[in-house]
Amino acid sequence: MRTSSPLYGKGLRTLSIATALTLTAAGVLIFFYAPLDADQGVIQKIFYVHVPLAIVALCGFVAGGLMAIQHLRTGDRSWDMRSYVAIHLSIVFGVGVLITGSIWAKRSWGHWWVWDEPVLVSFLIVFLLYCCYQPLRFAISDHERQARYASVFAIAAGAFVPINFVAVRMAVQQVHPRVLSRTSNLPGDMRLTFLVALAGAVLLFLTLWKLAQAAARAARGGTAVRRGAGGSARSGGGELSMALVLASTSGKYVAAAYLVFLALMLVYVVIIASKIARIERELHALAEPPEKQP
Amino acid sequence: MIRPALAILRKDLRLELRTRESVPAMALFSLTVFVLFHFGLHRDSVDGAMASGVLWVTLLLATVLGVNRLFASEREGRALDGILLAPIDRTAVYLAKAAGLFLYLVLLELVAVPAFAILLLGPGLGGAFPELIAILLLADLGLAGVGALVSGLAAEARARDVVVPLLLLPLLVPVLIAAARATEPFLMSHAGPHQLAKWLGFLGVYDTVFLLLAVAVFDYLLED
Repeated sequence: MRTSSPLYGKGLRTLSIATALTLTAAGVLIFFYAPLDADQGVIQKIFYVHVPLAIVALCGFVAGGLMAIQHLRTGDRSWDMRSYVAIHLSIVFGVGVLITGSIWAKRSWGHWWVWDEPVLVSFLIVFLLYCCYQPLRFAISDHERQARYASVFAIAAGAFVPINFVAVRMAVQQVHPRVLSRTSNLPGDMRLTFLVALAGAVLLFLTLWKLAQAAARAARGGTAVRRGAGGSARSGGGELSMALVLASTSGKYVAAAYLVFLALMLVYVVIIASKIARIERELHALAEPPEKQP
Repeated sequence: MIRPALAILRKDLRLELRTRESVPAMALFSLTVFVLFHFGLHRDSVDGAMASGVLWVTLLLATVLGVNRLFASEREGRALDGILLAPIDRTAVYLAKAAGLFLYLVLLELVAVPAFAILLLGPGLGGAFPELIAILLLADLGLAGVGALVSGLAAEARARDVVVPLLLLPLLVPVLIAAARATEPFLMSHAGPHQLAKWLGFLGVYDTVFLLLAVAVFDYLLED
């Protein structure tokens, strides 16, 4: 095992602290600084979670494709690992996007799913496509070949993301002409909150990305040690085995990071839901005809 | 690169002529799906958006069958090793497979589109003609390009027949959108306003992007 290389990669601690600070700042700004939306009320605050997550997930998918190009060009397997981790994380973020989007749609339009929102629909298609990334990858047994096939998939899918967005938008606009840009005409305080939330999401993605890679490196080191102890002289001691990312001890940290992230999202959803319930109760009380009241 | 591609294509077509495994299965499958739509929708005839949706979803599903079989002959006899040993460009394999799939799709549509007009379509196909052919050909190009790429991607996977539809169908959603929206006005009893140029343009862009991309990356799939 190479003890000289830092186990958790360079700057991971600083990055983690920056992420925690930015996310906390974003939370404070969202709930105490950003004004209530005139039309939608408190539910509009889900925008600060949903849109940054979506932007980061989509950029992660495309970045995974670019890293895959780098892998095929250079033949360096570490690029494949970067691409794998980026896509894997984007899928996790994508689940968050779809859940928060669905909640928002239920509140704003009264349905859990709306087909005339092009961004939401395109995101679903992209998400469905990337859900096949791991089944495809792990259906190929040879590690070297697995990396190549996964990279080809990542490149094709990365090119598919913008094309798909154009197609869905063209199809929807034909029926429902509407203003689609939601972020360009934000008032200043909302924009500031949004930008901080976006920065938080980006930092979270980068932290988890580096953490997962550190875990894979540690797993590789662990395998090498185990192989060395077993006296096995196999030459593949340095190969990256992705399957070990979550199985190894270091993988626990990655899993824990995901769990914390999901728990945060759940807490957020619960807060929003209780606020909605309270507001609905108050609205009900206000709407009651005055003569009924004593 | 063209001559080896033509040789592989000729071999595939000859195999298909002798075994008749892909095209008849795709055609029969699409007829079955039309029957399923008849009962599933509980309609004797469809028109407009419904008709073009039924037609295109059926064609896409039939494409999945063709894509699944595309490398079958190479796999079964380990013949791919032979092709890879030959001193030819890997891209030739891709071009041959894509061209083969394109021909299969054209043959399929020669059966499936008239059958659709007889079985399900209300207004009749008469008004749709020159335009529908353009849409079909451009869409086939996209289906064949992406289909051959996905077939190569899934060639080494264990659960190949599961991976192919899961990968292929989301990738083909833009083709479905463009082709179905473009076909829709021509399947109504009074041909409505159409945006043919816009959708054909989109199909052209999609075809170009994915064909170029597949030619660029296919080398890495069969490299051993």
